[in-house]
Amino acid sequence: MAIGQTNQSTADEETDDADEDIVMEVDDARVQFGMSRGQAWVLNDVSLDIRREEILAVVGESGSGKSMFAAALMDAVEDPGHLSGDVTYYPREEEGDDSPSADQIGSYDTVGDDAVDVLGMTDGELKNFRWEEVSMVFQGAMNSFNPTMKIKGHFHETIQAHNAVLEDRMEHVRDLFQALHLDPDRVMNSYPHELSGGMKQRALIALALVLEPEVLVMDEPTAALDLLMQRSIISMLRELRDEFDLTIVFITHDLPLVAGLSDRIGVMYAFEFIEVGDTRSLLKDAAHPYTRALLRSVPSIDSDIDAMQPIEGARPDPVNIPTGCSFHPRCPIADDRCEIEDPDLVSVDDDHSAACFYTDQARGELEYTLDHGATED
Amino acid sequence: MSTDEPTTDDVTADDAAVDDTASDVPDDEPILSVDDVSVHYEPGGIVTRALSDKKVRAVDGVSFDLYDNDIVVLVGESGCGKTTLGKTAIGLEKPTEGSVKYRGQDIWNSKENPRDADIEFTEIRRAMQIIHQDPANALNSSRRVKAILSDPLKKYRDELGPKEREDTIYRFLEFVDMMPPEDYAERYPHQLSGGEKQRVALGRALLMNPDVILADEAISALDVSLRVGMMDLILDLQDTFDTSYIFISHDLANARYLAKRAGGRIAIMYLGEIVEIGPPEEILQNPTHPYTKVLKWSTPTVDPDVAKQRIQEDPPVREVDVPDPEDPPSGCKFHTRCPEAREVCTTEEPERYETAGESTTACFRALETHEYWNSAELADADEDEYDAQESAGFGD
Repeated sequence: MAIGQTNQSTADEETDDADEDIVMEVDDARVQFGMSRGQAWVLNDVSLDIRREEILAVVGESGSGKSMFAAALMDAVEDPGHLSGDVTYYPREEEGDDSPSADQIGSYDTVGDDAVDVLGMTDGELKNFRWEEVSMVFQGAMNSFNPTMKIKGHFHETIQAHNAVLEDRMEHVRDLFQALHLDPDRVMNSYPHELSGGMKQRALIALALVLEPEVLVMDEPTAALDLLMQRSIISMLRELRDEFDLTIVFITHDLPLVAGLSDRIGVMYAFEFIEVGDTRSLLKDAAHPYTRALLRSVPSIDSDIDAMQPIEGARPDPVNIPTGCSFHPRCPIADDRCEIEDPDLVSVDDDHSAACFYTDQARGELEYTLDHGATED
Repeated sequence: MSTDEPTTDDVTADDAAVDDTASDVPDDEPILSVDDVSVHYEPGGIVTRALSDKKVRAVDGVSFDLYDNDIVVLVGESGCGKTTLGKTAIGLEKPTEGSVKYRGQDIWNSKENPRDADIEFTEIRRAMQIIHQDPANALNSSRRVKAILSDPLKKYRDELGPKEREDTIYRFLEFVDMMPPEDYAERYPHQLSGGEKQRVALGRALLMNPDVILADEAISALDVSLRVGMMDLILDLQDTFDTSYIFISHDLANARYLAKRAGGRIAIMYLGEIVEIGPPEEILQNPTHPYTKVLKWSTPTVDPDVAKQRIQEDPPVREVDVPDPEDPPSGCKFHTRCPEAREVCTTEEPERYETAGESTTACFRALETHEYWNSAELADADEDEYDAQESAGFGD
């Protein structure tokens, strides 16, 4: 394992730090693009806490703003997009010590005792912050590696760019490869085209973790892979989280994919979170009409095909987001209030909140079934 | 159109599938008959090809028939040859071996010896259409929908005047739920959403009044919430136009939805072969081929309790990675990954066997009496070779 860092392991991370330990806080994040047709909002006042060592799935259809949310976490929104709001990162506290691990983050602007203001960083700080604290795996691993460079070269380059000790890091890479079921000698000495898609994607995950970041953001990491490889990577991610004390933000359009993986799910629609909650609670008894409609439109291999229905209507235009609740034009239970007033996320259950005025009605009237049994009323 | 040529003259070694069609649907001629088709590619440039006899067997000895109003969903992992098989079936790719017959007429004979052909190649070409995976790349981005749709009409229905052509286009846009058609006809592809683009592509295929449409992952690029809608549209139009579909998908859940609603079949492909084919419920509830079980296991479920439990399980394969298609395993091609494989599987290649139900499978386990049941378990007998493969493919 790592050298020079105390590796604390929290035994029951799922319950222990569920309410307390927050690793990243996003507050009123907003991304806008100037377009010829007007201002396009592609992230609309999003606020969300990411808890330490959780696996948070961000689920949304294409054009719902989920990738923009990932970019906002790392202040990586590209021009001409403009990101405003606050993104705060809380480094892990050293065991038995209340001060932040100064060797890691000493150079950052701190807004509190131990908090780091991500959006206020200089370019140099940002460069270190990305990869060392928060790192990202993009979709399409095929294109992420330089085809003229061996896999080994990518690791060396990354390590040297961050002035880390090569031998220590490569030692860590061996552990990562072990956890990802990759043969280090074979993979390291291969060119990208010599590896299968699944191997490349796993190597890319290892590369993202080489500097031991706290948070790993993954944008559709399994989208181009075969089902079996997808399943294997999903299982490996859970093991990785447990072994290396990671926080994982998993962005996907595929709700069934994360049903077994995530601790919490955040559902995005029209550039904001419309429902956030504990995975089981959210899937078993979704409170927002959109989530319920989405669950009803996903085919699965056991469900009743006659009960399946697409969601009527089209997704909203980023330049012209509907007033009030953004889902109201497609919502079967919307009324006048929904057209005028924009609902906030309100708690509907323990650790489960939804942005809808009529969650009780939605739960009562809009039915859906999961694979193996009925949903609750 | 000639439909009087039976396919019985061509009973070959692979007669199981042919027999099957003969007994199941006695007086119904298949529209499309794929018989023992193989497509082999020679990799590399001209020198490599001359020096080695290496071949990629993209499709290897596949037979199936497609009937009127039928739907066959080809399911398999990437690289299993499902697109190659689909393209071969509609005459876009020439098979290295075997034959593809449209209403009894061999497609490639018709093209190469037009004089002997009962059905002209252009007629066959028109009767079989394709919808591609990514609608954004399938439509010319610098032309309006109207121009895109009038091309095929100009080529195949040149008796139509401009006004009639326009009416036809509007009618077909209505068929694919693009209302009002006058508005959509004037748009460029970038002014359409992904779902609308795919519906234009579907409309364009239907304009030719085809008998068979190959839909190659036609819904994979769409939003999750729109996929069921697109599949419903395809099925509704199947009733209107009497079209048969070969649908390619990597997703068993979508395959089931389509095949079940249309009363079609699912064909599971592995390394260029159809390893199991049959009605959707039989394939999914009672899979006989171990590979079908693997695919079923890998399909994610949305029920959080089941999913949580499944994520802890080990996959029902001995190796996650697919073997190199240039050098496929001997005997049953799945034996390197198959949890049930025994000694006999490494040497003997299974044929297509009938199961108790309506499906056929390529696994010795479907036979009650076969050498397989007395054969030694593979794990012990074959350990050395297997270890070598494992460290090469999936090392730890």
